[in-house]
Amino acid sequence: MNLFRLFSRTQSAPAARERLQVLLAHERASAGDSDLVTKLRDEILQAISKHMQIDDDKVRVTMERGPQVSTLAVDIEIPFDAKKAA
Amino acid sequence: MGKVVVVTSGKGGVGKTTSSAALGAALAQNGEKVVVVDFDVGLRNLDLVMGAERRVVYDLVNVIQGEAKLSQALIRDKRLETLYLLPASQTRDKDNLTPEGVEKVIAALQNAFDWVICDSPAGIERGATLAMRHADIAIVVTNPEVSSVRDSDRIIGLLDSKTLKAENGERMEKHLLLTRYDPVRAERGDMLKVDDVLEILSIPLMGIIPESADVLRASNVGSPVTLADNRSAPALAYFEAARRLKGEALPITIPGEKRSFLGKIFGRKAA
Repeated sequence: MNLFRLFSRTQSAPAARERLQVLLAHERASAGDSDLVTKLRDEILQAISKHMQIDDDKVRVTMERGPQVSTLAVDIEIPFDAKKAA
Repeated sequence: MGKVVVVTSGKGGVGKTTSSAALGAALAQNGEKVVVVDFDVGLRNLDLVMGAERRVVYDLVNVIQGEAKLSQALIRDKRLETLYLLPASQTRDKDNLTPEGVEKVIAALQNAFDWVICDSPAGIERGATLAMRHADIAIVVTNPEVSSVRDSDRIIGLLDSKTLKAENGERMEKHLLLTRYDPVRAERGDMLKVDDVLEILSIPLMGIIPESADVLRASNVGSPVTLADNRSAPALAYFEAARRLKGEALPITIPGEKRSFLGKIFGRKAA
């Protein structure tokens, strides 16, 4: 074991604290969005499942907020034989 | 009407089951009538931690599906007369937990017990939201570690939005239980301190459970840590937490604080 390293090692807890504070400030600010994304996901799923059979887990809706432009990405995997018409 | 308590966390493996068993046993040792309910369908473990794994015949899902009466599924602890366990199912699909079924079971338990402690599965999925839905009080179990704290923040958000209390515009009573705390590492600056976690999560502190070999020893033998060795440091911390849960205003003692080397050796006997 390197003794020098033992004495010169910087504390890691302050880094943890700072990272968490920054991250959580960010996540809490966008917490409202996650609810919106869930709602969008459910409604998109409903609309599409009227016309074809899709798997609940194969739908991903993500929203990214930028300073100028926000994007909404919808990623749906459709099975090969999905032709069930409502 | 008994109080419904949910023991929850975002991250897995932080000590929800250990804490549910320990707090349940601590309350029961004070004569309160307690039932601990395992909501972790598919990955049940509370029965094992409480040493009742070989006595499970019917479980929560059986009761919800009407295949067994509640009284048939409840297992009374062999050591404590007023402690009961409602086990989770090991094999069944977790989708068998219906909101209506859960509501019925909780209502029935509330009538028969002083405390209904719900051991929640980790995460934010359906099982976790069902476990917290009818709670009066939530205990958020957190380790002093970044991923655990972050996920706890998320769970606190859910407690404030997805529970009956929240929907009725009431305030959910939330408490932080900090587990696996190592005062030496915190003092050295290599573990988040109690104050750091409290400042970040800003919910009231219910207890600090020190990192201790006694916790694993207790689960090895299938005994809640407050029963296995009720003089051990984690047991004492859980007893204090249980008193705070009952509403007592006890001052918080941070483990390891101002304890000399000799104090550590002799402290236990004197306690």
